[in-house]
Amino acid sequence: MPVAATKDYVGVPRDVAANFHGKQLVYVSWDRHLLFAAPFLLCVPPEMSFREMVDGPLAMLFQPDPDAAAIDWTQVEWLKSNQPWTPDFNRSLADNGIAHKDQIRLRTPGLNSLLPAA
Amino acid sequence: MSTVFIALQTNEDTRPIIEAIELDNPLAVVHREPAMVKIDAPDRLVVRRSTIEDLIGRAFDLQEMHINLITLSGNVVEDDDTLTLSWNS
Amino acid sequence: MDMKASKKKLGLKERYRLMTRDLGWETTYQPKDKVFPYVGYEGIRIHDWDKWEDPFRLTMDSYWKYQAEKERKFYAIIDAHAQNNGHLNLTDARYLSALKIFLQAISPGEYAAHKGFARVGREFPGVGTQVACQMQAIDEIRHAQTQIHAMSNYNRYYNGFHAFADTRDRIWYTSVARSFFDDAMSAGPFEFMIAIGFSFEYVLTNLLFVPFMSGAAYNGDMATVTFGFSAQSDEARHMTLGLECIKFMLEQDPANVPIVQGWIDKWFWRGFRVLGLVSTMMDYMLPKRVMSWREAWNIYGVENGGALFKDLARYGIRPPKGWDDAEQAIDHMSHQFMLGLYQWSFGTAFHSWIPSDDDMDWLSAKYPDTFDKYYRPRWDHIKKLAAAGTPFKNYGLAKLCQTCQLPTVFTEPDDPTLTCHRETAYKGEKYHFCSDGCQHIFENEPEKYIQAWLPMPQLFQDPVKGDLGEWMKWVSLLDGKDNGDYAGSEDQKNFEAWRGLATTNQ
Repeated sequence: MPVAATKDYVGVPRDVAANFHGKQLVYVSWDRHLLFAAPFLLCVPPEMSFREMVDGPLAMLFQPDPDAAAIDWTQVEWLKSNQPWTPDFNRSLADNGIAHKDQIRLRTPGLNSLLPAA
Repeated sequence: MSTVFIALQTNEDTRPIIEAIELDNPLAVVHREPAMVKIDAPDRLVVRRSTIEDLIGRAFDLQEMHINLITLSGNVVEDDDTLTLSWNS
Repeated sequence: MDMKASKKKLGLKERYRLMTRDLGWETTYQPKDKVFPYVGYEGIRIHDWDKWEDPFRLTMDSYWKYQAEKERKFYAIIDAHAQNNGHLNLTDARYLSALKIFLQAISPGEYAAHKGFARVGREFPGVGTQVACQMQAIDEIRHAQTQIHAMSNYNRYYNGFHAFADTRDRIWYTSVARSFFDDAMSAGPFEFMIAIGFSFEYVLTNLLFVPFMSGAAYNGDMATVTFGFSAQSDEARHMTLGLECIKFMLEQDPANVPIVQGWIDKWFWRGFRVLGLVSTMMDYMLPKRVMSWREAWNIYGVENGGALFKDLARYGIRPPKGWDDAEQAIDHMSHQFMLGLYQWSFGTAFHSWIPSDDDMDWLSAKYPDTFDKYYRPRWDHIKKLAAAGTPFKNYGLAKLCQTCQLPTVFTEPDDPTLTCHRETAYKGEKYHFCSDGCQHIFENEPEKYIQAWLPMPQLFQDPVKGDLGEWMKWVSLLDGKDNGDYAGSEDQKNFEAWRGLATTNQ
């Protein structure tokens, strides 16, 4: 719906990829691990491989969670844009189809020390 | 039934106003909290100038209440003699 | 023969008519729609501006008289507070985090409201409305001033207050309230009245001010009690103006009802999100607590809001769309947000801390269904990390909601274990939201919200380019002084030392 206005109303988005000096934004969230109050905001190069993102910034950010060391990466379930998805760890974020401002979610069913069993 | 309320600062100026409200609104309930008095009433509450004047012994302009009013709830009808709060329920 | 000239006193109604309505005029040398060009484009139809009734019928002479008296009283108390080292009467200097948030995030809103009401006071053709809006504009600037004056005394002794103007403009949590007011100010005059005059000033203001000011009274903060009550005495007029405006709009033309309903839905939700800050202040930052956020919501939200919307039902207005989602959030939001503030405290111009055992027992008692189940385990783990010398700092920052601009800490209304994820693609870009409410607001006016200046994505753009140290300089945050844990802070050390000085001769 257009904004009610007295003349043509056109907004200019402030967070377009071009503003990030060759990098892009990716949001990452570990489902039901709410020690992390909100999904992480990463600003990373699109050429970075998925593995580098997991082993680098994500590993560091997950550390405070008591279950971080116990993650079995072969069993992790992934979502992209809230839909089930399978990443290729060897390929870049760009080649994995992770666009600017996309959100990746991971699930580790059965592994949750800070949450009482339902 | 809907609750209307008026909240006033706790000080010497509001003491007779609170007393007047209690006299004129038998169903009103006065809650005393730090620095504040909140008076609830079912559906309707009236503040009457003449009752206040009887208590303080001088002429009183209802608009003087503005200085010590904190908040209120309900549709406001004001004239020279009364301030009424009410909800249609 | 004696002639007694009787001095006739004007009644309230008559004086009001003379000092407002009779001062208005019909434009003759410019067409009316050129003098008031913004009054039609929102689709609101007004047929008779004289039907707008100011319930308080305040005239300018009375206004100046009463406002001057409030100012005299206010500054007398502020002076006394400063002269008597009033800050030493605080229960504990942790309390000041609530004030720092207030000065950085809420007081600027007062100033924004001033600009907004000055504008609508010019744009509405009705004289009664113009006068009431102009009075409110002056009230709001007085609020900004009195708040800044009251808190300036604390600035002499404690960190976090000194750069409130930079914090207001540049830091992340302040953009929640700032964007709220920017949204309203860039809307049309009728939407502004529903947004601020009605939704904020009537439906939600009590939730901001009453617990806050009672909290100040409970915690020995005379300065804030004073500015709070001084401001609140104007609020009653503001609330009445807001209620009067909505009734006026609804009575003027049935075509106005769906437009007004849409605005109520939008602005209730935006206002509710801003109040997230207040819920945390009430439940966590007041060393001596007044009541819980849940208790405040029950009185000022459920009971008072319920009465209000029952009253408006006769116009065909129903409670706001997000009312049920809001109710579902009440027992969770203060905890979710405080946990966030704690882990991002390196980036806040106020202190956070881990709640004490007593604090947690109070939270358990006030939130029997949620605190022990969902939030105590997180706090306990955070306590462990702090004790181990690895205090929890989340440098992953946060995804912010495109609409309300809060970090998306909120969970699904029916599942407190799952973050609420919503996203919308628009013209090739992706946008994220914390809730259905915020997503709907965006999808209704996307061109408005795609422009949002979101503080965390901005941090990675020019000029800061992702450097945290540069960011701190840019927002005037003094690392190690303004931010971090209260435990070990200068504020804590100083408060305890000075209080000791006041009661001993060492």
